[in-house]
Amino acid sequence: MRDRHALIYWSGFTVILVLLIVAPLVLPEFWRRFLTEILIWGLLAMSSDLLIGYTGMVSFGHSAFFGIGMYGAAAALLSVSPPSLGLAMLYGLGSSAAVAAFVAYFSTRLRDIYFAITTLIFSQIFYVIIFTWTEMTGGENGLTFARPKLGLPGMEGLPFTSATLHWFVLALVTASYLILRRVTQSPFGMVLQSIRENETRTRAIGYPIERYKIVAVMLSGLFAGLAGVLYAVQNRFAAPDFVFFVVSGEVVIYNVVGGLGTLLGPIVGAGFFLLLREASSRFLTEYYLIPVGLIFIAMVIFLPQGLLGFMRRWINR
Amino acid sequence: MLIEQILIQTVNGIVTGMILALVASGLTLIFGIMDVVNFAHGELFMLGAYVGVITLAATGDFWLAFVISTLTIAALGAALYWVTLRPLLGRDALTTILATFGISLVLQNYALWQFGPVARKIQEPVTGHFSFFYLDYPWYRLVIALASAAIIGGLWLFLKFGTFGIWIRATMQDRVMAQAMGIPVPMVLTAVFAIGSGMAAASGVLFGPLVGVNHAMGLDWVLKGFIVVVVGGMGSLGGSIAASILVSLLEAYASLIVSPAQSVIVSFVVLILTLLFRPTGLFVRTPR
Repeated sequence: MRDRHALIYWSGFTVILVLLIVAPLVLPEFWRRFLTEILIWGLLAMSSDLLIGYTGMVSFGHSAFFGIGMYGAAAALLSVSPPSLGLAMLYGLGSSAAVAAFVAYFSTRLRDIYFAITTLIFSQIFYVIIFTWTEMTGGENGLTFARPKLGLPGMEGLPFTSATLHWFVLALVTASYLILRRVTQSPFGMVLQSIRENETRTRAIGYPIERYKIVAVMLSGLFAGLAGVLYAVQNRFAAPDFVFFVVSGEVVIYNVVGGLGTLLGPIVGAGFFLLLREASSRFLTEYYLIPVGLIFIAMVIFLPQGLLGFMRRWINR
Repeated sequence: MLIEQILIQTVNGIVTGMILALVASGLTLIFGIMDVVNFAHGELFMLGAYVGVITLAATGDFWLAFVISTLTIAALGAALYWVTLRPLLGRDALTTILATFGISLVLQNYALWQFGPVARKIQEPVTGHFSFFYLDYPWYRLVIALASAAIIGGLWLFLKFGTFGIWIRATMQDRVMAQAMGIPVPMVLTAVFAIGSGMAAASGVLFGPLVGVNHAMGLDWVLKGFIVVVVGGMGSLGGSIAASILVSLLEAYASLIVSPAQSVIVSFVVLILTLLFRPTGLFVRTPR
């Protein structure tokens, strides 16, 4: 029984992965970029699923980690020439992990809605700092920079085309998924899930809950920062808009729509919403958030499990 | 010169504090009674200001516009509650954050669609300045502070002595018991949401003349409202009023030194310090 589950799961996984690998070879330029973007937002949403779906802490502050990752990468790309991808990743991940540690230290003292509000306000702190510190961050206009070369060992100096960028992003997102999946199934992840189910009891059993929560927020922030770095590399700019809390809200939307606690759900949710946005922005331009918001409200009321919620148990087995 | 500036900032701080208190007491009321964190509060504030703009243009009377806007948004609030939040009663409080976040997206973009990105102006009903020692200060700002104080005072009296107010407090203490005693709880909850929405709209109209009315004006206020509600102690009306004035005063003083955009950080710092040392809120007597 267990073998059969593993067989179906991994063959499904391989099929989807192969489809995603082949996709840039057949898709036109626009949809190639679009798919890469879905993967990046999906990674961001997946990182917050570790908190929302597995630990039961709704974070409204993921835009901060994402944005700091972006600006960290921007700082590395602007200060060193020729721009180095490795350094950008290092700066981006380092700064977002530091910010996540800072936020985690304060916000994990609180639970439920208080946690949500606190993370939201923290992301606004970083928004205000980035928005007003014009000399360093470019203020409202943000920063633009050149895309670095794909500096992997063995293939130095390969330029980023939309196809190689897609494969690069895909590789990192897949790796992140496998790591996060492993984390959620590890003893550590089990403790996180027991915090979600019953915090008091978990504490009574003797787990230092605060420490677990802080590590969870940091881990989540690290992957959110990775998404930020990837987005910066893809779009060659960093802007304060991405630190604004509305982005965090959209990330929560991706999670709820896709299915909490599935890791894959948030990617599906991101894809669903980006497609919905694309479709409705054709005739509604900037007002696409009206139908998006309405669908979201309806889903919160009628389908709280999300699109993939029905297979949650199966995915996590 | 410096004394003059400090005096002006003190009065400014108190005036903004009163508006903030009006916004925050709506938030607190809704949270304290229904466990709903109303993300759409800022949008009700903004829509209130827009309804004010429209009725002012049609009737030419500010106070009539004020009343009409308050009532319209109160009705809108009741409708929103009935359609979106009532099905969520009894579920996790977090789902209400999600639902109201969705509402806020819809309302904000609706306003952008309907009224465009250009800020509208509300003409203040009372013009002119007065001088007091060194101070030269517009009358209208004092009117705002007094009107806010009157509304909050009225709410307090209503909750304390009105039959319906007593029902509201009973529902806050124990929803099931209140129901058992024959209090129409669903109606009470709807009314509370309507009152909170109306208060948001009232503050929107009052504040409109000081800045332009645009679709994003609510965001700032709902964030400040959250800060104040957490600092003052969730669900405590008096606490959030005191916290509003404290935070606004500190921000006003900070704007003497740094730019107004950066002075917001002061209220963030107040929030962090509160969370560190008194996570239940500064103005709550007995920590829970």
